[in-house]
Amino acid sequence: MKIVGTNVNECTLCGACESTCSTFYYKEDNRQKSTIQVEELPDQRGAAISVCNQCGDCIAICPVLAIKKSQSGVVVLNKKLCIGCYNCVGVCPTGTMFWHEDLTEPFKCIACARCTKECPTEAIFMQEV
Amino acid sequence: MSGVVEKMRASRKVLAEYNYEPAQIERGYAGKTLYINLSNKNIISKDVTQQMKDIFIGGKGFGLWYLWNAVKPDTKWNDPENEIIISPGPISGITQYPGSGKSLVVTLSPLTDSIMDSNVGGFFGPYFKFSGWDALEIQGKADKDVVVFIDGDNGRVTIEEVDLDPSASHLLSDQLTELMAESEQGRKNVSVVSSGSGAEHTRIGVLNFSFYDLRRKAARLKQAGRGGIGTVFRDKKLAALVVKFSGLSGKSNNPADPAKIARTGVKITREINKFDDTQFRMRQIGTANLMTPMNDYDLLPVHNFKYGSHKDAVGISSEVLRSRFTQKMPDGCWVGCALSCCKAVDDFVPKTGPFKGEKVIVDGPEYENAAGLGANCGIFDADYVIEANFYCDTYGIDTISTGTIIAFIMECYEKGIVNKKITGGLELNFGNAEAAMELIHQMGQGRGFGNIAGQGVRRLKKIFAEEYGGDPAFMQDIGMENKGLEYSQYQAKESLAQQGGYALTNKGPQHDEAWLIFMDMVNNQLPTFEKKAEALHYFPMFRTWFGLQGLCKLPWNDIIPESNATSESPEKIPEHVQNYVDIFNAVTGKSIDQDEMIRQSERVYNFQRVFNLRMGFGTRKHDAAPYRGLGPVTEEEYESRQERYDKQLKEDVGINPEGMSTAEKVAAMRSYRQGRYETLIDVVYKRRGWNENGVPKLEHLKELGIDFPEVVEVVKKHL
Repeated sequence: MKIVGTNVNECTLCGACESTCSTFYYKEDNRQKSTIQVEELPDQRGAAISVCNQCGDCIAICPVLAIKKSQSGVVVLNKKLCIGCYNCVGVCPTGTMFWHEDLTEPFKCIACARCTKECPTEAIFMQEV
Repeated sequence: MSGVVEKMRASRKVLAEYNYEPAQIERGYAGKTLYINLSNKNIISKDVTQQMKDIFIGGKGFGLWYLWNAVKPDTKWNDPENEIIISPGPISGITQYPGSGKSLVVTLSPLTDSIMDSNVGGFFGPYFKFSGWDALEIQGKADKDVVVFIDGDNGRVTIEEVDLDPSASHLLSDQLTELMAESEQGRKNVSVVSSGSGAEHTRIGVLNFSFYDLRRKAARLKQAGRGGIGTVFRDKKLAALVVKFSGLSGKSNNPADPAKIARTGVKITREINKFDDTQFRMRQIGTANLMTPMNDYDLLPVHNFKYGSHKDAVGISSEVLRSRFTQKMPDGCWVGCALSCCKAVDDFVPKTGPFKGEKVIVDGPEYENAAGLGANCGIFDADYVIEANFYCDTYGIDTISTGTIIAFIMECYEKGIVNKKITGGLELNFGNAEAAMELIHQMGQGRGFGNIAGQGVRRLKKIFAEEYGGDPAFMQDIGMENKGLEYSQYQAKESLAQQGGYALTNKGPQHDEAWLIFMDMVNNQLPTFEKKAEALHYFPMFRTWFGLQGLCKLPWNDIIPESNATSESPEKIPEHVQNYVDIFNAVTGKSIDQDEMIRQSERVYNFQRVFNLRMGFGTRKHDAAPYRGLGPVTEEEYESRQERYDKQLKEDVGINPEGMSTAEKVAAMRSYRQGRYETLIDVVYKRRGWNENGVPKLEHLKELGIDFPEVVEVVKKHL
């Protein structure tokens, strides 16, 4: 399966990935509604990139079975079944099941690869695992 | 569809029908109450008034208000005018904060003859509210068994006769879920309230509220357990209530400020994920995590509350029970509860009774089940505890009362007050699991000595005295009931505050008002009478609040936030108290603070106290505790903890025990402890704004804004 791989040393914090993601999925340029989020670490320690590694820890916690692995191995959240409890947000070991105050349901990366195509430095890329 | 359900469907006969446009939920309220009279089959919609929301808030508050208006001072539990009121409360049904799916049930109790309330999980309350109703009032009695169906998808309420067997709640819940759901996928949208045959034959019937478990593909059960509400339900010839609501989402409760709820919910959900595994392990073991520490601290009731620990308790330790739970994953009674404490044993095969040899799902065992059915009866066998738990649930009888009743009978049996002839051959010595299980079957099926046992400890004391010559004074000492309700399962002898936490309650000795044992006994945070009184004011009021809102208590202090380490009042878990204030405000759009939160409870708590007065109870004499709950009754009990008691006589009482006989020491200790309990009552009443007889003072009621003419009229008779 393919996931979004990261190379933080290459990240320039330009935010292109966040813009691409939130604009495609939520029709607004708002990094807080992006399923990949980058931030600058304090003390000039570079960048941190948060994006789902498709580990699936959230699947078992979902009380309404709204999270499943797709045939390609990507973890997907069915928003029609989701009841917005955020248990998956609480359990996510990488902090990449995101939520936003405007949205009832949480959201996550489905490895669509759009962001990787916009990254100017290949700090993110599609990786076979 | 299974054959049984097909037959049920074909037999449905509508006796009454009511069609309605489901109310839109506004800030946690539907604004309507569904009233059903089973005698004349009348179904109506009532408006929920602003005054109800302001004074009584919801949940138990609404239940008390409707019951007050429904009954007269001489109404008995089995009179048609007695009601069962179920109300979820304004916060109930949110999915973002753990423990937010509760319902509160209120009725006149067949055990206490006064007001009973019970807090229960399962999906019924939220689905019922989202079907357009803040409360359900059921009055009257049907001639034959009926089922009430509430279809929130189509706005239709019916009272129906259905060909069914109401004796086993776990089967009936599954069958009615299948009947009401349009498809297998739709079963998650159905919740059933039912009881069982035990509720028909005892005074300790429960209501089982179902929640459909998508992973197990079965309806599981949570209990409105205390005080015999199921007995009232079956006396009304109600076989079941069934609700269907298919549109659940994170927005169904339509709160004023969803973002604030989400923020608060995510915060505590992350906290649970981070700390639960190293704190109370509610997700792994549920409340059964208490078994081992309670035994270690001499707090586990053993042999009818004589002792607080036992060498064989390892047989039902937290780890043993954990090993029996299946699925090994968080398991909640309301969707979205991250604390997920409700465990189950799948594919359990009972060795006895009507389901002998069949595979069943057992909900539990929780702490109270293992402590009451097991340790308190001297039975330290996990298989027994699981099987007894299963049968109590499906017969619809309260595990807590059952445990305390059987423990009392066992002590009477060992003392020779009752014998094999009286028990119909049951050798009810402590530890006899086979005899105890048979007694549960007899209670569940209305056979033999079970018909007597199911009357509860208060009535057993009278029967054993009048018919078998038992010593009334001794049985008064060892019969662990107060107000007619059996004690729940904590040994409170060494915690004076908890002795009050049990007996200075509105409904009877249930630890949902105050659980102060650790604070008082282990941590010594309440060293003076005044501090104990403050705790016995604050905590009952604070915990009453959960029952107004439709909340579970566990996420308040069964997970501890990091901020508690530096808090000035860690026992209150201030961060979590503020969470509750925040989510109340976020749901309702109001702006209460922590003081007003306590005021909300005080209004309802004092109203309930006055309601008790109105029904002929609620004064100081009703707050008396059996001496077994305060100290060692017998010489054997004293000698089992002689070092501790001798030390107390010397240091606390100022008596040198040397040279005294055990009988003299028991008497000296008793005099001291009973005096101390009376002093506690004095200071607690004062702190609560009550007079020395436990009657709320008029100025206190006025200050709270509940000095309604009918309330004042009741109180004046006692001043």
